[in-house]
Amino acid sequence: MDTATKFTQMFFALGVFALVFVGTLLLASLFKGRTGEKIQAGAFVLPSLILLLGLLIPGLMTIWRSFENDSTGALGFSNYGDIFTRPENLLALRNTALWVILVPLLATAIGLLYAILIDRSPIEALAKALVFLPMAISMVGAGIIWKFVYEYRTAGRTQIGLLNAILDGMGKDPKNFLLDAPSNTIFLIIVMVWIQAGFAMTVLSAAIKAIPDDIIEAAKLDGVEGLKMFRFITLPSIRSALVVVLTTIGIGTLKVFDIVRTMTGGNFETSVIANEFYDAIFRYNRDGLGAAFAVLLFVLVVPIVVYNIVQMRKDA
Amino acid sequence: MASPRKNRRSVIALSGVAVLSLGLAACSSGSSTTATTSAAGGGADCAAYKAYGDLKGKTVTVYTSIVAPEDASHKESYKPFEQCTGATIKYEGSKEFEAQLPVRVKGGNAPDIAYIPQPGLLNTLVSTTGKVVKAPQLVSDNVDKYFGKDWKAYGTVGGTFYAAPLGANVKSFVWYSPKTFKAKGYTVPKTWDEMMTLTDKIVADDSKAKPWCVGFGSGDATGWPGTDWLEDVMLRTAGPEKYDAWVAHKIPFNDPSVVSALAKVGTIVKNPKYVGDVKAIATTTFQDAGLPIVTDGSCYMHRQASFYAANWPKGTKVAEDGDVWAFYLPATDPAAGKPVLGGGEFVAAFADRPEVAAFQAFLASPEWANAKAKATTGGGWVSANKELKIDNLTSPMDKLSAGILQDPKAVFRFDGSDLMPGAVGAGSFWKEMTNWVASDKSDADVLNAIEASWK
Repeated sequence: MDTATKFTQMFFALGVFALVFVGTLLLASLFKGRTGEKIQAGAFVLPSLILLLGLLIPGLMTIWRSFENDSTGALGFSNYGDIFTRPENLLALRNTALWVILVPLLATAIGLLYAILIDRSPIEALAKALVFLPMAISMVGAGIIWKFVYEYRTAGRTQIGLLNAILDGMGKDPKNFLLDAPSNTIFLIIVMVWIQAGFAMTVLSAAIKAIPDDIIEAAKLDGVEGLKMFRFITLPSIRSALVVVLTTIGIGTLKVFDIVRTMTGGNFETSVIANEFYDAIFRYNRDGLGAAFAVLLFVLVVPIVVYNIVQMRKDA
Repeated sequence: MASPRKNRRSVIALSGVAVLSLGLAACSSGSSTTATTSAAGGGADCAAYKAYGDLKGKTVTVYTSIVAPEDASHKESYKPFEQCTGATIKYEGSKEFEAQLPVRVKGGNAPDIAYIPQPGLLNTLVSTTGKVVKAPQLVSDNVDKYFGKDWKAYGTVGGTFYAAPLGANVKSFVWYSPKTFKAKGYTVPKTWDEMMTLTDKIVADDSKAKPWCVGFGSGDATGWPGTDWLEDVMLRTAGPEKYDAWVAHKIPFNDPSVVSALAKVGTIVKNPKYVGDVKAIATTTFQDAGLPIVTDGSCYMHRQASFYAANWPKGTKVAEDGDVWAFYLPATDPAAGKPVLGGGEFVAAFADRPEVAAFQAFLASPEWANAKAKATTGGGWVSANKELKIDNLTSPMDKLSAGILQDPKAVFRFDGSDLMPGAVGAGSFWKEMTNWVASDKSDADVLNAIEASWK
């Protein structure tokens, strides 16, 4: 398929979508009055109801499938037993835990520090753009970029990786960043932090700017300054924003897949749950095990989502 | 309702988001390519195609892992069939073939025909979905006539013949530079011992370089070059019968014969004097590993399949008197014949319409093999079809491979990891061979771990 036909198809799809959308709105606007509003509301809610059904049924089927043994078809906990006993699966669980703890904390800490440092500086817009830029890069793209940064050639040969070229220039031995466990997982985590710090910075910077000036002035009159100002004024004021940032990055990190897949393929003890889930289904043809991994991921995400919702309710 | 203007704006914003995500969805389907070659009718010599009957207006869909640019010669090679029968072949190649085919088959959206590169995957599809159609009589007859018995066996599951062989590749090759060998006065080794003597000689002669280039890296398939090493040596040290038993799990994966084969691989691959940094093998891609042979000369020999020919930098002459060439990885016991490790694709059908059966028969015929050979102008394709005329192949490397495949002394065996169940052949076997070099895992631990994963 050449580019022209691809674009034609894309615009055709967009056109059809627009037609359906406008059509629904027109139909809804035909009805007036109390019942009309109800019908209009229904027209808007319907798609999400269909979507929910489309999520719910496969979700339940996945849970059911996760209890089926792949070779015998018997129902039971064999797949979960596999996850929690096989050493390579335990390793994936450990790595996922490392990711979920380190990425949100580091990304938020760096984003917050950066937001405070550049707040009201003359080059604020430029500085923000620089840190926000990685957000625009896809995970796979970032993975490929950083794979080159970490690239290793045996000592004595020309180093094409940025970091090893620097090490080489300083007369040190090159380091095979992606090979040696467990530090290689940290080097992968850095990539995710690099992407997410920009998101944390943007949201937190906006929250800091939203702190009313009178509170700050009142605090200043009371003699609060520096770290104390941060601890007692800034931090409590942006608390809800912090929670949103931490939980959003946490959920995103729990699902991390692309970076690991492109950079190490899950080798060298860097695998994570989502990677094992993909391998189980698409490579080993073990649908039950894959479903169990998916359910595990779901179970782990739920508390974060619930916490997030509870916090939002409190603030509202 | 609030003010109409505010409403309108939110509608636009909403549809903007939706349109954007729809646009992304449209782009994501771009990884696969679809193309249709239409029948022109008449022209070619159609005598051999009479048996297929008149298939005007019929369409056969083909799903494969072969994408651009290699797909062009495939489409070209279907033209005689399309012209003589009037059928249309719709070709679709995808890099995600192995992951997508089971999904499509299970989801009721199977293609008419798929080219499956792993008999192990064929086995899984037959036993878990039951949607693979048994090969029609004409196909079976063609395969009996034009292919060896072993090749038919790879397309057979549980005594039923399903898939005819398509292309083939030879893996038992060692790439080297004829120029460098000539300059240093080295000759191509004919036995395993000669090869090891040459290895030691290179170590003694050239302190800056290593005799062997090894790389197991291959993205998310990292480790497969390691499995090829073990299989190639296993086939030589334990013999084809033992090899078959090992691949079929009739002997344990950690059988003493496998232990000694892995130890023999280790004498080369895990010897720092021969390969340099052993750990780095895990992160060096197999594509990059052999390049020093023509670039900086930091290594001399690279054991890799015939398809590595496509990997050399532009302008490299691949020929016996050129920049790079390959010699046959010698047998450890010259009396045991000529063991050859290789791979290939198989044509599985998911529909039993007459036009699909006709196309299957065509793909198993010498007409197709020779048409494909002529269409592959750049080289890089061979078949185990006995009627393939070697003169029709364009590149010297293909001629060498076809010569080995047709050699009556050759004992051909299929790449074992492609025959094993996915969890082993594309899972633990890859991973453990990677660990074997990456974290210096012992031979015994590696083989025990793979055995434990095979249930």
